[in-house]
Amino acid sequence: MNLPAIWAIYLYEMKRFFRTLMESLLSPVISTSLYFVVFGAAIGSRIDEVEGVSYGAFIVPGLIMLSVMTQAISNASFGIYFPKFIGTIFELLSAPVNFLEIVLGYVGAAATKSLLIGIVILVTAGFFVEIRIMHPWAMLAFLLLTCISFSLFGFIIGIWAENFQQLQLIPLLVITPLIFLGGAFYSISMLPESWQTVALFNPVVYLVSGFRWSFFGTADVGVGWSLLAIAGFTGICMGVVWWIFKTGYRIKS
Amino acid sequence: MTAIVDVQNMGKVYAGRFTALSGVSLQIEQGEIIALLGPNGAGKTTLISALCGIVTPSSGRATVGGHDVVTGYRKARAMIGLVPQEIALEPFEKVINTVRFSRGLFGKRRDDALIEKILRQLSLWDKRNSRIRELSGGMKRRVLIAKALCHEPRVLFLDEPTAGVDVELRRDMWQVVEDLRQSGVTIILTTHYIEEAEAIADRIAVISKGRILLVEPTADLMARMGQKTLRIDLMERLEAVPEALAGYDVSLSADGTSLSYTYEAGGERTGITRLLQALAAEGLALRDIQTKQSSLEEIFVGLIKEGEA
Repeated sequence: MNLPAIWAIYLYEMKRFFRTLMESLLSPVISTSLYFVVFGAAIGSRIDEVEGVSYGAFIVPGLIMLSVMTQAISNASFGIYFPKFIGTIFELLSAPVNFLEIVLGYVGAAATKSLLIGIVILVTAGFFVEIRIMHPWAMLAFLLLTCISFSLFGFIIGIWAENFQQLQLIPLLVITPLIFLGGAFYSISMLPESWQTVALFNPVVYLVSGFRWSFFGTADVGVGWSLLAIAGFTGICMGVVWWIFKTGYRIKS
Repeated sequence: MTAIVDVQNMGKVYAGRFTALSGVSLQIEQGEIIALLGPNGAGKTTLISALCGIVTPSSGRATVGGHDVVTGYRKARAMIGLVPQEIALEPFEKVINTVRFSRGLFGKRRDDALIEKILRQLSLWDKRNSRIRELSGGMKRRVLIAKALCHEPRVLFLDEPTAGVDVELRRDMWQVVEDLRQSGVTIILTTHYIEEAEAIADRIAVISKGRILLVEPTADLMARMGQKTLRIDLMERLEAVPEALAGYDVSLSADGTSLSYTYEAGGERTGITRLLQALAAEGLALRDIQTKQSSLEEIFVGLIKEGEA
């Protein structure tokens, strides 16, 4: 294992994050605050408790998930797309590193960034509502797994994308709708019955539900299913990344 | 001498159609400078890329320092430094950070003293905290060299190191290459400038359409191929070549204002002195004199014809 190489990639990626620290952290904080003003104060004041939790607190896990998933994807996809775009990928390909080391460096950095952003949002939310975390270790595990799996997914998008438009395509067209429809701002039990069945086909429902369970002890689907969903998603992403490096898909001819 | 780079019958076919390399075999000895000379699209970059791990060879095999570039890629690549043809650098990064990153990528621990030495050698030390985008094109190329050297490679690939580089920087580059050779580094450079190959390479491998046409010591090749033409512009028009010059292989231009004389640059006697003396004896006043080396294309045409014969 070429540990210095993993560390070099990780540090290099983290440096970019810290170089733009204000933009990296300030924008999620501002957008979270806006969500609280709109959903928590303006709309939330007209909604009674959801599953025994005040609406303002109820949306906290969903909000964190929303940011963590989108940030993990955008950080990881940009991280590997940029070297492809400017040509510095040659250096990775000609270095004595294997695919696992490259992935650990890039995905590790993207996951760390999104984890930091998740924690910052959690702290920001604490200024608006009272937050109780019933299962803190489970919360951390769900958060970490989401950061890792969505960073892996972002890495795949970054390899696949051939231009900046494609880089944005999947996050905008697929991920954001899935997150919004995945119960980030509501419990799926609030949906009409037929839509509840449809919602169960949305993988994000399982992630948000499990994460919310770690806060409040209530969930749309069983926690076991949530764990299985995230483990399955991580596994699929790892498989695709392994295949990419085995075949050199879009990085090596 | 042992071959530090050994390429055996290597081929590369892109996307099942375009053949970029075909049965290339090449042995490069430790400590030498070899130039891969060929026109654009000859397969020079593909050959280098296959040895460095950027493209996967379709057939054949190669070793660097005895390590197979595919199955023993870690050890092989650890010995290789690569300076690519295109300037590919992250514009917002500082010079010193990007060089440190390269060293880390090759599994080496941070070594500030070594990086300072390399940056000083390449006149980059003063720019170490500059961001890449603030540097000139020539400086960026030096950064690429610094990145390739920072893990102390034994074999250095320079892909068109002086393409688009001004004369002064070109001379500096050649000096850097010579210094590296002194320290025992084997250097493989690609170029389509014959002057460059002639100036710094010990041996020249001519490559065209994915095949190595020949590998020869530079001096031998230049002597064999180096035909030059001397062009003499005259002050006054001539109707015909003066009789006194009949013994020379001299031709008169259509407008009668210049004479051309072809000779072997590598020959012991070029005949130039005698020709000029004869011109003076004829009382011809000269406006200008210039010599022209056979161009690379001409040499290629010659080589390909030889190959067909």
